[in-house]
Amino acid sequence: MTQTKYATQPIEGYRHVAPEVRVEGDVTVIDSNAVYYKELNEAIRGAVAGGAKHLRIENVNGQRYIGTGLAGEDVRIEVHGTAGNDLTMLMDGPTVEVFGNAQDGVGNTMNAGRVIVHGDAGDVLGYGMRGGRVYIKGDVGYRVGIHMKAYESLVPIMVIGGNARDFFGEYMAGGMLVLLGMNTQFADQPLVGSFLGSGMHGGTIYIRGTVEAWQCGKEVGIAEATEADMAELTPILADYCEAQGMELADVLKVPFLKLTPFSHRPYGKLYAPM
Amino acid sequence: MSTRPRYREESPFKIHGGCGLMGICDESGALMSGEDAILAMAVQHDRGNGLGGGFAGYGIYPEFADHFCFHMMYHDLRAKEETEALLDEHFLLDLAEPMPTRPVKGITDAPLLWRYFLQPYPDRLEESEMSGEDYVVSVVMTINSTIDGAFVASSGKNMGVFKGVGYPEQIGHYFRLEEYEGHTWTGHNRFPTNTPGWWGGAHPFALLDWTIVHNGEISSYGINSRYLEQFGYKCTLGTDTEVAAYLFDLLLRRHKLPLSLACKALASPLWDEIDRMPEDEKAVMRSLRAVYGPGMLNGPFAIVLGFNGGMVALNDRIKLRPLVAARKGSTVIVASEESAIRAVIPEPDQLWTPKAGEPVIARVKGMGWPIHGDLHLAPSKISCAVSGTEQSCETVEVSA
Amino acid sequence: MPTSLIQPEFLVKIDYDKCHKCGRCVQQCGWGVYSFNERPIPDDSKCRACHRCVTYCPAHCISIEKNPLAYRDNDNWSSDARKAIWRQAETGGVLLTSMGNPKPYQRIFDHLVLDACQVTNPSIDPLREPMELRTYLGSKPDSVQVESDSNGGFKLAEGAGMHNNIKLDTPIIFSPMSYGSVSLNVHKSLAMAATRLGTLMNTGEGGLHADLYPYQDNVIVQVASGRFGVSPDYLNRGAAIEIKIGQGAKPGIGGHLPGEKINKEVSSTRMIPQGTDAISPAPHHDIYSIEDLRQLIYALKEASGYKPVGVKIAAVHNVAAIASGIVRAGADYVYLDGFKAGTGATPQVIRDNIGIPIEIAIAVVDQRLRDEGIRNKASIIAAGSIRSSADVAKAIALGADVVAIGSASLMALGCHLCQSCHTGCCSWGITTQKPELTRRIDPEWGAERLVNLVHAWSHEVQEILGALGVNAVESLRGSRERLRAIGLDEQTCKILGVKPAGM
Repeated sequence: MTQTKYATQPIEGYRHVAPEVRVEGDVTVIDSNAVYYKELNEAIRGAVAGGAKHLRIENVNGQRYIGTGLAGEDVRIEVHGTAGNDLTMLMDGPTVEVFGNAQDGVGNTMNAGRVIVHGDAGDVLGYGMRGGRVYIKGDVGYRVGIHMKAYESLVPIMVIGGNARDFFGEYMAGGMLVLLGMNTQFADQPLVGSFLGSGMHGGTIYIRGTVEAWQCGKEVGIAEATEADMAELTPILADYCEAQGMELADVLKVPFLKLTPFSHRPYGKLYAPM
Repeated sequence: MSTRPRYREESPFKIHGGCGLMGICDESGALMSGEDAILAMAVQHDRGNGLGGGFAGYGIYPEFADHFCFHMMYHDLRAKEETEALLDEHFLLDLAEPMPTRPVKGITDAPLLWRYFLQPYPDRLEESEMSGEDYVVSVVMTINSTIDGAFVASSGKNMGVFKGVGYPEQIGHYFRLEEYEGHTWTGHNRFPTNTPGWWGGAHPFALLDWTIVHNGEISSYGINSRYLEQFGYKCTLGTDTEVAAYLFDLLLRRHKLPLSLACKALASPLWDEIDRMPEDEKAVMRSLRAVYGPGMLNGPFAIVLGFNGGMVALNDRIKLRPLVAARKGSTVIVASEESAIRAVIPEPDQLWTPKAGEPVIARVKGMGWPIHGDLHLAPSKISCAVSGTEQSCETVEVSA
Repeated sequence: MPTSLIQPEFLVKIDYDKCHKCGRCVQQCGWGVYSFNERPIPDDSKCRACHRCVTYCPAHCISIEKNPLAYRDNDNWSSDARKAIWRQAETGGVLLTSMGNPKPYQRIFDHLVLDACQVTNPSIDPLREPMELRTYLGSKPDSVQVESDSNGGFKLAEGAGMHNNIKLDTPIIFSPMSYGSVSLNVHKSLAMAATRLGTLMNTGEGGLHADLYPYQDNVIVQVASGRFGVSPDYLNRGAAIEIKIGQGAKPGIGGHLPGEKINKEVSSTRMIPQGTDAISPAPHHDIYSIEDLRQLIYALKEASGYKPVGVKIAAVHNVAAIASGIVRAGADYVYLDGFKAGTGATPQVIRDNIGIPIEIAIAVVDQRLRDEGIRNKASIIAAGSIRSSADVAKAIALGADVVAIGSASLMALGCHLCQSCHTGCCSWGITTQKPELTRRIDPEWGAERLVNLVHAWSHEVQEILGALGVNAVESLRGSRERLRAIGLDEQTCKILGVKPAGM
């Protein structure tokens, strides 16, 4: 980031200028250094509209909405730096790979595509995610996978390599959440906080390791993953390991727990119709 | 009836708003310019709406380290003259000067901004039978409550608050913060939804050398303010920040709770969590929660308390507002977004999101505990000093 | 002359085409409305509109109607006023009735509305996120003193912290109703429900029956002016002790349980001989002033190993000052009973004309205790016609720690509010000691219904908290900023500490 360390102009976080765009082979490189998100995302959308399939965005620091609303299954975007809020919100197809951390709200209401973060991610990751895959290397914050849902062929899958905080998989209605607890800076803490799967009424959560019953929402049933479960899970883990450069064998060294909801209608008896 | 406004928010209602914030502290005591704080706020530009920005800097006046420094806002010259007469009467003024500013596009309607480095007249202080801090707060109270159009933005030692209506990066530039060096800085970006834009209403909020910046909306404001009234505080500004400041004053200064426990009282663990604690800890937490329940800050917030010697950042108990922390060497930095941290420190040694209700505490080595040991004034006087409204300056008798 | 000038209030209609002639109505009615001569024949004058017969008629052929008999219009002399005069002219007696004040006084709760979060702060989902109702009943210190422990943490300083508080899982408890005024099965239902709910029932002034001993940790034992059943053992069994000064339905007067209700079981529980009248004097004759109250509070503490001692009063004009005195006298809680509170028997003139609304009482007491800096020293329990979870939330927002439900809990057990408890003939088996009636309530069934009711209300309070964006009940308690008034006069708003809607 350019610091305007001179006294005649206010210090700016971002400037309203078009980013520098250059083409290296088949890669379109966009330097987002201190460029405001609006101009940056215009440039990204413009490049994609112009037929670019592989974009590399450099010097990202906090710009919001990268990949938001973007479509196209064959589009691949590399993000270098700290991705800002609402990365890949409502995204429908592309692959976004972040070399760094992502802030809050990644994959919000995402429809399809792949998000690979080689770092940590913040709170409310994958809110209402309906399809696609999100692979986070490290730790994630609060309310991750909140209200993930599946519909017909759309089945969202999220794998977290590190630890997660409270409300993991809250209101989960469909899809799959996997928590590994491996690449964490909080190794001395439980791999997941409280209210795990609170209000869960669909989908599956796999946990590598153990959780205590008190950590889970009252709607959640805990079982050891069966061979059939592992047959379902292993290809996803293999894909994740490939994306994150990890060894599948290391991941499989520890047995998994499978969390599923007791009911698809946990509140059927809560109400007394008048 | 005076036609000139006082420096207070006209609204009798609860002030709503969201925000962004930052805090940075070099625990070694090494000084940094105000630019880092501006930059961290500039990156979070979109978290505010241009109706309020501000900073607090600590350790910025080493040449006057033992002087109280008043940062003043005046609506007009008459307010300035009246205030200066009052200051002259009570203090030895070693320096009085206009705040150094520069014109900035978009910053308009600035009040007259002056600062004063002063010490109480020893004989008058002795006569008053008050501590220096009490004496200063009493004068602040008199200015804020009786002089129309005058407002004390800060009054601590070796620190100052720089705030106004505008985006924080504009305000920081306006006040030439690159020319200051401090060991601790906090910054704030305001997104008020119904406040009249006035300079005194921007944040940080200050009480002697304590300052508070705050993001979020405390849903328990109603009972928090009534609880404070029980002890004589009067919450007349209608802001969550005011409530948070008084709660810290109550818990730390008057009830002498350790900082970590005061944070636990304000952002209490859940009962289930308390029930799982070891016996001794459970007993403390159960009492803390039952006793200070009305003071618990419920609802989304992230807060940074600055003091002469460090800062504390705290999140609400179920993490409804963002807060990220990082450390590099002896420097601790917190902000609402990671990007704000990386703008200042691109490669920190450690970067993490603090757990809900778990404070991040930075203390400058060798500096004292943040309690105003020499402040003994009643809460009603403190409130009056802070807000300067008639309501808060009525005498409040509290028998217990 | 006819024996009475008073015409029946209700007409019992039977559709004889549908009637099975089974006689179930004859058997179910506690008041002897029906005689049977090939088919049930009702005597309208005895009907209380309790709906027991209607509910149990297998043919669904009974209906109860209001007697449509026209009275010459007169807004001043209502038909009720005329009937009262005829009744008293016939009998020369004090009009006796039961349950709460039915007069059309303004219902303040219905003029208060709650807030909700929109945009600037989030509402919270109570079904999936924590929503804490836990409440500690009792005196709390103003501050918490700690000292460092050996592990770099903190522990409570010697003697510091909260002591002798009762943990409640919900801020709803059951009101005092004595064994004698209600049946033992009702007491058992309440005690079992309180235990399952993690809350409290209250013996009322009639002692604690041995069948309730298993539930004693969830029982408040009451000490009233009659001192029925009060012994060291009784005091030691209760979770807390309550001195009853008065009740909202009959402030300032005593009580009288007729000898015919003092059967063997009631006799042993009250520790008085069978068949004698159980008379509660109007005042406690060891409390003629506030300093005497202090003496009694500490006597009970001494005798019980310092259990929490609360004081129940009727909400009367000077309630704030009285409550302040009670708190300063050392009470751990003050129980305020509003003027719509129910009772098993009370003179109608007292029930309908004495006392003030509970909403006002909560507001002025909470504010007074705060003004005096003693709000932490005692909890406030509010009662007197808490009709719904909305009333619970509003009472708490005005400043109550806990609400107590009496009428509502009896309604959960079948009560239809026929206001005839004083007859001892309750067809629902609630306010009676007749064995053929009391067995109508199976304690297990009763407990389940009470648990259902309190669970449902607690869920609803959680929904309200969620809408308000807070996740602990202490953040609603006294938070009058979250209330607004509609259609209340300025003075009432001021007393309540509530702004009108729109401000």
